[in-house]
Amino acid sequence: MQKIDVGKKILSANEEYALRNNRFLAEHKILCLNMISSPGSGKTTILTRTISELKGKIKIGVIEGDIQTDIDTQRIKTTGAPAVQINTNGACHLSAAQVNSALGKLPIKKLDLIFIENVGNLVCPSAFELGENYKIVVLSVPEGDDKPAKYPAIFAKSKVLLINKIDLLKAPSPVDFDIERVKTDARKLNKGIEIFPVSAKTGSGFAEWCQWLAKSVKNLYS
Amino acid sequence: MHEMMVAQNLLSAILEEAAKHNAKPEAAKISCGKLNAVNDETLCFAFEAIAKGTLCEGVKLEIEYKPIQGQCKNCNQQFAVELSCPRCPKCGSEDFQLQPDAPLMLEEIEFQTE
Repeated sequence: MQKIDVGKKILSANEEYALRNNRFLAEHKILCLNMISSPGSGKTTILTRTISELKGKIKIGVIEGDIQTDIDTQRIKTTGAPAVQINTNGACHLSAAQVNSALGKLPIKKLDLIFIENVGNLVCPSAFELGENYKIVVLSVPEGDDKPAKYPAIFAKSKVLLINKIDLLKAPSPVDFDIERVKTDARKLNKGIEIFPVSAKTGSGFAEWCQWLAKSVKNLYS
Repeated sequence: MHEMMVAQNLLSAILEEAAKHNAKPEAAKISCGKLNAVNDETLCFAFEAIAKGTLCEGVKLEIEYKPIQGQCKNCNQQFAVELSCPRCPKCGSEDFQLQPDAPLMLEEIEFQTE
């Protein structure tokens, strides 16, 4: 038996594309956010409301990742924002190569901010860099307050936590959800995480979230 | 089930080394950070399935998980972060910067010798 030291990165192909995307975005001074959550947490609704609230102030483009269909891209396009769909055909996460080709289909020169809406999945997408500036994790109230403790990786790696569907917390609430537990558990691993409780349905909390976005777009390359 | 994609990348990396050394691989050691979302059983299962009929058929995988590293913002101590109760072991502070997770690495291959 002969042992050979290799010391080679296994996902280097993905990393190379992620670096390339990151350089491309920096050249065009675009803030890029990789949005990750379980299916049904309200990512697309958050995006359509965010785009409407920031209309005339920040030019937003969207890359939509789904296993099948272009339902989400159609929803984004109703706001007037440019959107490109990636169908992964079964894969549980977006890859940097897929994002690379989608970036080429967006009107880059006209944008300040690009959201990548990843495939609905709280686990796998956290392990694949796409070239984004920050990860944004969305947790919605009906999913339960134990998710940061159970799925720590994505909460540890994200810059922002959006707690969505907080309209459901209004008494008499149909769900048992301790929002303080979510905040405490998320901050245990990630003290600096920005937390915005929002309702994409009512618009509650969007002023603070949109203010953070505007500030981040402004500060990133200045 | 992204372990299948990891397995495919791993298989091509091992086959490349095997061709370089002109030998049959018997075992491979890989390492990855704990936040990498790679399940060892799933990866071994996926690898076994795609290695069938290649030079890597029967190759045993060993996976080492690297601890998550943190740097204390209070006393600068580097330490392995315990997910259940993360705090600096030196000064007890809960204010720390999480270091980037260790990447997935192919560390070592064992080849058959004549």
